[in-house]
Amino acid sequence: MLILNCPYCGVDAEETELAAGGEAHLKRFGPGSSDDEFHDYLFMRENPKGVHFERWRHANGCGKWFHAARCTQSLEVFGTYSAQTTEPPKEIKDAITAKRPGWTWREFS
Amino acid sequence: MSEPISALNHASYDGIAKIEECGLQGMITLRGDLSDKVLAKAVKDATGQKVPGQREAFVDGDTGVCWMSTDELLVLVPYAEVEAKLAAMTNALSGTHALAVNVSDARAVFRVSGANAREILGKLAPVELSAEAFQPGQIRRSRLAQVAGAFWMDDAETFRIVCFRSAAYYVFKLLKVAAQPGSEVGVY
Repeated sequence: MLILNCPYCGVDAEETELAAGGEAHLKRFGPGSSDDEFHDYLFMRENPKGVHFERWRHANGCGKWFHAARCTQSLEVFGTYSAQTTEPPKEIKDAITAKRPGWTWREFS
Repeated sequence: MSEPISALNHASYDGIAKIEECGLQGMITLRGDLSDKVLAKAVKDATGQKVPGQREAFVDGDTGVCWMSTDELLVLVPYAEVEAKLAAMTNALSGTHALAVNVSDARAVFRVSGANAREILGKLAPVELSAEAFQPGQIRRSRLAQVAGAFWMDDAETFRIVCFRSAAYYVFKLLKVAAQPGSEVGVY
C-alpha cells in the first residue's frame, strides 16, 4: 500500500485518500507550438522502472495537489513536495541520490 | 418560510457506542489567507477563537473553528445566528481577498459517544486513531467508507462528524453497522 505524506496538511495519507494525477513537471505546449511539440506534450510519458515523479491530490482530505518522488520498482517513497514548483527541490534530489546514485528522469538528475 | 430541519432530524442509535444526528448546525466555509490579521479578527468576532494551526479544531458546543486546509477554515456558529455572523464576517472581510459562504444546509453532523467511539471511526476511516495520535483539539478530513467526512473529538470518548447532507443517511447507516452490538474489536 502506498502512503504519502501530504505536504499541506502533514497527514500520512493512505492510497485510498488520494487521487493520482499522472506524471509531474510536464511543460505545456499549446497554441503556437509545433505539431511535434504538442504531440510529445500530449502523449509522450515516462514509464520508468525506478525513480519517478508524480502528481497526487489529497482528494479525501485537504484537497490540495502535491508532488511525490517514488520508485516504481520498490514502491519506496523518496519524499513529497509542494505543487508550486517546476522542478524537484534539492532535498528531494539529494534523498534520491542517497538511495539511487546516478538516477536520471527526463532532464533531472 | 418553512421550518428548517436537519437531514435525519435527530435520528439516533444505541450500539457499542451512541450515534446521534446532532440537528441543525450553523457552518461557514471561510477561505483566504489564514495569516491575515483582518481574517483572524473576523474569526475571533464570530467564534471567540483564534485561527487554528494545521489540523487544529477549537470547538466549544456549537461554536468554534476548524482548520480544513492551508487556506480554508470551517467556522461553526449556532444555526439561528449564521446569517448575522456571516453578514458581519463578509463586512469585515470586504477589503480582503477572502470568501465566506453559509454551508449550513449542505452538511450533516453526527455525534458518536461512548467508550468504543474510537473503534467506530477506526472501522470507517483510514486514519491512525490511537490515543497518542488523535486527541481532542485535532480535526481530520478523510473519508468514511465511500464518502468524504471530517471529524474531531469533543472529549476523550466523543467524536463529532461532519459530512455532506446528501450522504447523511449513508453515513448514519455506516455508523450503525460499525456500532452493532457485539462488534467490539478492542484495539484502542
